[in-house]
Amino acid sequence: MSGMRLTLQIWRQKGPDAPGQLVSYGVEDISPEMSFLEMLDVLNEKLIGMGEDPVAFDHDCREGICGMCSLVIDGRPHGKDSGATTCDMRMRRYKDGDTITIEPFRARGFPTIKDLVVDRSAFDRIMQAGGFVSVNTGSAPEANSLPVPYEKAEAAMDSAACVGCGACVAACPNASAMLFVAAKVSQLALLPQGEAERTRRALAMMAQHDKEGFGNCTNEGECEKACPKGIKLDNIARLNREFLRATLLQP
Amino acid sequence: MATPLDAKIPSGPIEKKWDKHRFDLKLVNPANRRKYDVIVVGTGLAGGSAAAALGEMGYNVLSFCVQDSPRRAHSIAAQGGINAAKNYPNDSDSIWRLFYDTVKGGDYRAREANVYRLAQVSNAIIDHCVAQGVPFGRDYGGLLANRSFGGAQVSRTFYCRGQTGQQLLLGAYSALMRQAGKGRVKILARREMQELVVVGGRARGIVCRNLVTGKLESYAAHAVCLATGGYGNTFFLSTNANSCNASAIWRAYKKGAAFANPCFTQIHPTCIPVSGEHQSKLTLMSESLRNDGRVWVPKKKDARSPDAIPEEERDYYLERRYPSFGNLVPRDVASRAAKAVCDEGRGVGPSGLSVFLDFRDAIARDGEDTIRAKYGNLFDMYHHITDEDPYKLPMRIYPAVHYTMGGLWVDYNLMTTVQGLFCLGEANFSDHGANRLGASALMQGLADGYFVIPATLSGYLAAEKLDKVQADAPEFKQAEAEADARTKRLLSVNGKRTPVDIHRELGRILWDHCGMGRNEERLKKALALIPELREEFHKNVKVSGQGEEFNQALERAGRVADYLECAELIVRDALERKESCGGHFREESKTPDGEAMRNDAEFSHVAAWEYQGEGKTPTRNTEPLTFEHCKPSQRSYK
Repeated sequence: MSGMRLTLQIWRQKGPDAPGQLVSYGVEDISPEMSFLEMLDVLNEKLIGMGEDPVAFDHDCREGICGMCSLVIDGRPHGKDSGATTCDMRMRRYKDGDTITIEPFRARGFPTIKDLVVDRSAFDRIMQAGGFVSVNTGSAPEANSLPVPYEKAEAAMDSAACVGCGACVAACPNASAMLFVAAKVSQLALLPQGEAERTRRALAMMAQHDKEGFGNCTNEGECEKACPKGIKLDNIARLNREFLRATLLQP
Repeated sequence: MATPLDAKIPSGPIEKKWDKHRFDLKLVNPANRRKYDVIVVGTGLAGGSAAAALGEMGYNVLSFCVQDSPRRAHSIAAQGGINAAKNYPNDSDSIWRLFYDTVKGGDYRAREANVYRLAQVSNAIIDHCVAQGVPFGRDYGGLLANRSFGGAQVSRTFYCRGQTGQQLLLGAYSALMRQAGKGRVKILARREMQELVVVGGRARGIVCRNLVTGKLESYAAHAVCLATGGYGNTFFLSTNANSCNASAIWRAYKKGAAFANPCFTQIHPTCIPVSGEHQSKLTLMSESLRNDGRVWVPKKKDARSPDAIPEEERDYYLERRYPSFGNLVPRDVASRAAKAVCDEGRGVGPSGLSVFLDFRDAIARDGEDTIRAKYGNLFDMYHHITDEDPYKLPMRIYPAVHYTMGGLWVDYNLMTTVQGLFCLGEANFSDHGANRLGASALMQGLADGYFVIPATLSGYLAAEKLDKVQADAPEFKQAEAEADARTKRLLSVNGKRTPVDIHRELGRILWDHCGMGRNEERLKKALALIPELREEFHKNVKVSGQGEEFNQALERAGRVADYLECAELIVRDALERKESCGGHFREESKTPDGEAMRNDAEFSHVAAWEYQGEGKTPTRNTEPLTFEHCKPSQRSYK
């Protein structure tokens, strides 16, 4: 039983400052049940066997929840399946003889480390600026002392589903990370627990966002299309409202 | 470890032990806390919450993780929920009942005092997570919703759709980021611990490899916490993430930390079956599916499509064998039952290694919309992976390695047998005995991190006189040299087999000889096969690239080298524990009708293995377990 033969055009780059280029590789015996990353495993096993440098790529849970995997596949962050991460994708989406181009997430805020691996620590720093509720361990009130309307809780969960992968940035012509910021700002703006720091949070997270070199939102909507977790553009509308409100309320 | 295993369980009635202990522990004055450095390795629920809580208290915390961000640790993949004894549904739940269920579910191989404390702090975890903005599921009145989970007879599980682990982890991560922003916690991502550094008999630091530059880095501290998760990936295929590994606890074991109950591994019954040789990991389908799905196989081997098999030719074997619990029997029981029907040749699917989980009746009863609202994301995930629509055809599932109850031995303070080395979450052995109940891992991780370690670690720091140690002390230089030599050795072999290839073979040995059913003959065979494979690895492995660069093949090789040693300890422990309990089923120890049979007279103890040096057989020490409140009974789900 022989599987698919594919040609891969993969971005290879030795380090942050080295020049990069697309390099062509062939893989064979690819079965439709394999995941996309397992297909890359097959390539890497072959490269190691030949004494060549395997392709570096980020991955971890391989079930679509940790947000570690990335990749721009044929021009689309996380590939052609909507609402799915790269690791979710199965090779049955391809056919024998296909050529697939694989590149890293590219953005000023995401410097390349090696090959397909980029540095997304800017997201951590944006979170450090205000992506939290300031509550120390031990000081919380009884959990049911503050009812949250069902619809609000559900909407907060929709926003909270962000996995922080950065596909929104990779998809955006402005390399904006506003969908990422908006998801967290929305989650906490929808919940009463986030109320006390609402003003400070929107300002601080956006200030850090800009400092990290991410661009502004011009309503292209590419982020929403690329998001593996269905985070909606409405979140950015809410972020804009929160930001405007905060600007007006700012002393 | 010449000292006997002293669990340091506080005296007094069980419900007062934790309060009394917290009062008895010495305190570090708030103004003095900034003088102490604490290392926390791992940023899952246990490590993330510990680092955040210690930062809030005012300690200088160094937080390490192998991923690119602390937000990605594998706690994130937990689906079902988190238990707490809130008794919101008014179904007579209590701290006592959660305690009792956890001890019983663990098949009486956990320490009562620890489990009681876990149940005691469970409610504060929910309060804290809600205050952080974790969007738990709620009822229309705006109050928190609960579901029944994993065979519990009360509804005590809090959940965020099918992503509870993700939301709790992001809560802990947000608290961690808050402390990082304040400068109380330093985040050191993309770093992998290579060595524990022991100075004067105490854990005083670690050597880690910077995964971006490949350079070794030393960090000194007053205490070290390992929250590095379980060792399930020793089996190659498991539901764990790719980077989950045994190395941190393994290196600590080799520096004197006892390893407890390594054979207690949990095999989860509801995973998507293996589809081929290329498989790199297995995907869990939440246990909650068993609330509505019925498990069956054909009565006789049958190649027809499942919807063409008439009712009378189906064997709903869990309902038949366990009429009172049916499809909701605990994980270990459900897994073994699936294996049994497949061993009889009645398994389904291309490999014959799967069973049906069928929602036909639930859809007919409640309607497709109701089922979609409950499990929509899981059905979609299944559909995506297998290309089969579970609304139309039953899911196919098979057991897979999921969680390890064993881990580093810790006392009541979560301190290992190395002074100043603490171990939290799945990485320790403490609370789940021989089998973990659903929705209890999240509870334990957060209990350890948010509530236990802040008290007990402070107690240690306050009670001990710890001199300042610098990261250029000779002990650090020596640890760096050891780590460096190991890396050079791996790079110099230049053999023919990749680390993944050898790891896959190791996984097959473990699964076949030390999986769901274990017996003396097969375990002894594994004890011969594993050292052979280890030798093969060190003679014939091929690792490309250099040490001082970003090198994922080298990362994998280092982990596989440790799995090859850890596997032997798992098997050795399984061989010595000549009883069936929880996830450990010894075929020689069963009741006349084939159910697991514990042997309390000889094995009501923790086995804590003590490293004796390269090539020497480790020593099996024991900590006796006494049950004053939960009287051991043979579990029965009939």
